[in-house]
Amino acid sequence: MTALAQLGSGTPATGSPPPARPGRHRLLPYLLLLPGAAWLVLFFVVPLAQLAAASLYDPTGSLSTGYVLTWAFGNYPEALQAYAPQFARSFGYAGAALVLALLLGYPLAYAIAQKAGRWKNLLLVCVVAPMFTSFLVRTLAWKTILSDNGVLVGLLRDVHLLGPDGRLLATPVAVVLGLTYNFLPFLVLPLYASLERLDHRLLEAAGDLYAGPLHAFRTVTLPLSMPGLIAGTLLFFIPATGDYINAELLGTPNEYMIGNVIDSAFLVRLDYPQGAALSFLLMAAILAVVFVYLRRAGTEDVL
Amino acid sequence: MSGMANEAPAGDLRLVDLTKRFGIFTAVDDLTLTVPQGSFFALLGASGCGKTTTLRMIAGLEEPTSGQVLLGDRDISRLRPYKRPVNTVFQSYALFPHLDIAENVAFGLRRRGIRKVDGQVRQMLSLVQLDGFGRRRPAQLSGGQQQRVALARALINHPQVLLLDEPLGALDLKLRRQMQIELKRIQTEVGITFVHVTHDQEEAMTMADTVAVMNAGRIEQLGAPAELYEYPATAFVANFLGQSNLLAAEAAGPAGPEVPVTAHGARFSVPVDRARVDRGPVYLGVRPEKLHLAEAADEVPAGHQHVPGVITDASYVGVSTQYLVRTGWGSELSAFAANSGVGRQHPVGTSVVAHWDPRHAFLLPREPGQDDRTTPLLDEPVKVPS
Amino acid sequence: MRVSRWLADRWVMIVALLVLGYLFLPIAVVAGLSLNRPSSRLSYDFNEFTLDNWRQPCATPEMCDAVVRSVQIGFLATVGSTVIGTLMAFALVRHRFRGRGGINLLIFLPMATPELVLGTSLLALFVSAGVPQGFWTVVIAHVMFCVSFVVVTVKARLAGMDRRLEEAAMDLYASEWQTFRRITLPLVLPGIVAAALLAFSLSFDDFIVTNFNAGTTVTFPMYVWGAAQRGIPPQVNVIGTAMFGIALLLVGLSTLRGRRARRAALPVADAPGRRATGPS
Repeated sequence: MTALAQLGSGTPATGSPPPARPGRHRLLPYLLLLPGAAWLVLFFVVPLAQLAAASLYDPTGSLSTGYVLTWAFGNYPEALQAYAPQFARSFGYAGAALVLALLLGYPLAYAIAQKAGRWKNLLLVCVVAPMFTSFLVRTLAWKTILSDNGVLVGLLRDVHLLGPDGRLLATPVAVVLGLTYNFLPFLVLPLYASLERLDHRLLEAAGDLYAGPLHAFRTVTLPLSMPGLIAGTLLFFIPATGDYINAELLGTPNEYMIGNVIDSAFLVRLDYPQGAALSFLLMAAILAVVFVYLRRAGTEDVL
Repeated sequence: MSGMANEAPAGDLRLVDLTKRFGIFTAVDDLTLTVPQGSFFALLGASGCGKTTTLRMIAGLEEPTSGQVLLGDRDISRLRPYKRPVNTVFQSYALFPHLDIAENVAFGLRRRGIRKVDGQVRQMLSLVQLDGFGRRRPAQLSGGQQQRVALARALINHPQVLLLDEPLGALDLKLRRQMQIELKRIQTEVGITFVHVTHDQEEAMTMADTVAVMNAGRIEQLGAPAELYEYPATAFVANFLGQSNLLAAEAAGPAGPEVPVTAHGARFSVPVDRARVDRGPVYLGVRPEKLHLAEAADEVPAGHQHVPGVITDASYVGVSTQYLVRTGWGSELSAFAANSGVGRQHPVGTSVVAHWDPRHAFLLPREPGQDDRTTPLLDEPVKVPS
Repeated sequence: MRVSRWLADRWVMIVALLVLGYLFLPIAVVAGLSLNRPSSRLSYDFNEFTLDNWRQPCATPEMCDAVVRSVQIGFLATVGSTVIGTLMAFALVRHRFRGRGGINLLIFLPMATPELVLGTSLLALFVSAGVPQGFWTVVIAHVMFCVSFVVVTVKARLAGMDRRLEEAAMDLYASEWQTFRRITLPLVLPGIVAAALLAFSLSFDDFIVTNFNAGTTVTFPMYVWGAAQRGIPPQVNVIGTAMFGIALLLVGLSTLRGRRARRAALPVADAPGRRATGPS
């Protein structure tokens, strides 16, 4: 688990570059890197290139008749036009879930890092433990919790937060709740790693210098937890935007996100050019959001 | 034990019956004392004696179990730290790593809604001799510089009381000496009450007007440094503040201007005004530098009292030579002889006579059954921050 | 006054515990449903208590086949990614070489790419290369997305290790290989084990990448996905609960071992391993 927290802490522990070794070691690092690097090039970089090519295939082709690379850039605007609502939903739902997750996750990470004392490790295990149960099984459990004759809906109807026929399942609320739930640990762990390093004495110093709790949070805790906050936000936002399991299991086609469309383009409609174009659009959109976000947050050392 | 006044001037810091317990452990035990406005006050003690806890209660970082912290007549015991006109220089400095030096120093001013801070910040940095460092980050500064930033950051708020928690502990010896003088200069310049917590007796004595020696949550003795050193009130103070040769003795009440005592069969005496007790089990104390060595009894000056012995160890430490003298009854006395070029060196194994002026000796209370406490501490108290 | 202060000091902890409750709610539901006899195939509501699901976890043989397949794939992907990832981590922490920035980027990017894109791009490759999809394409895909996580985990442990221990070993006449065998490897092992466990759990639980590259092969997540449309056998919840239990047991055991080891190592109080990371 510490590993996961490490992962998210944003700055991979590089350590200082080791001293130069004698000549006979010069080839060793390359030999050590070779299998992994080759694997990543062969099954990550090359496929991306293949996907890029597929996105520019002639859209009139099909799997059975074969595809021709015609540099059909028109695939992109076409795909975007056809599925703009799904795109908007992907970012809208993921954004809403992110806000919710921050509200839930920050206090949790802070409490574990600064207030838990000797219970720290136990609480950390508790954050990760739910992930041990299969993602899909957990999401199906939400179907039970949110179901129309479940306790939660009954309660909400009783206090008139929901109308007598109001429901949670098969609504955007259910999808956002599912996204929040499923990716919350990815936000909490890096945030925890950052807050854990926060020296408690700095908060005492802030208090000593007339900063009330709110001020101390704004001027000390928040800026110092920024690396974790950024890493956590990205680790949450990227998979949440690309997710389609929650929309499929907890929503209806009206809540479908871009992932559902891509899934069906590749596996049901077998429209590869469109699926590939949509994949690239998703990646580009995520990269754009990430880039703007990093610029605004003003931190370069996240990578 | 304390110098608590009934009518306190507006700015005096008063601790009244202050107690702090952590579970069953009593860190500070019914402490009462007054720190006059504008004084440099040191709380001196070994680690775990409760001095830092006391400081944290004044700062508001720890809530007292019972008792009061008063500033003038205002009870501030239950105020949160950010509501108190008290600032702290933390042991680790606690500089905000994400803010530059100027912003660190301006932090308190900004929190109180003061917009124009530049002039004051510049003035403060100049006071601590860090002109031009405003745009640097804390990590780019040396320990001594960081320490001065911490000081400036606290002082800029013109607190009624400035608390210093082992502020020099992280510095090396030479820098520590330099900062001691610096701190004293700044305190004189700004005239703010300084309460300084330290385990370093030399640091406390160099800087403070008044030193309170703490032990096990209580104050053992409070007074001016010279007073504490020359006439300690307890065996603890006698050995925590420098070293002392303490001979277990019995006193039988004053006889005229003197209190006669018997120690290990020999008879000695101490002036009445140098005796904390004059009856029952006592310690007869003499500081090692007040213990002189002669080669024979006839060389002992008139009026001095003396004990014969054999040199068992001689350590040359530059300014002085430190001798251990084994007495007839087996205890070892410690004697420092200044290497002033007068006097002779005494090789190990030679017979000597240790002698002292009774006006330099003192009598302290002793628990019955306790033996001599003459084994010298070879070093200063252990340097573990409390 | 007193109450508000008490609350002011503790509200963060109270919120945190509520959030933990939220995290565990579905787990409780899964455990509950594993003891349920559903009223119909498509019902997700609690109906009647029964132990049958636990007595006959393989009442639906396809589900158990899928679990076994997931374990096989997870095992192969773990071994593959742990080996090549550990080698990479050693190269990155212990050696100088040109192109470090490029390698770091190559390792970072798969973690920052949406799984969906990882899955579709591999699918595009396999289809255009004419590679039939199935068990082995899934293993290849899993090794690919696990490697980065292995590298990061092992690297952290390696970087936290005290170089002087190795220097001390060489000073005491250990050759480079002996130093590696006797000192480096044992000290890094917890990091490697943590990386392997992480890789296995990533592989076992993966749905998106697998879904695009499995062909007709069915893993446990894919089985659940398919069954969600047709009706979920209650035994799925048995598997979910059992996975949770096994994982907790592993964590508990490793904590216990760690604590015992620490107690045994107490006399050498300031062992540098204290700062290093590893499975807690």
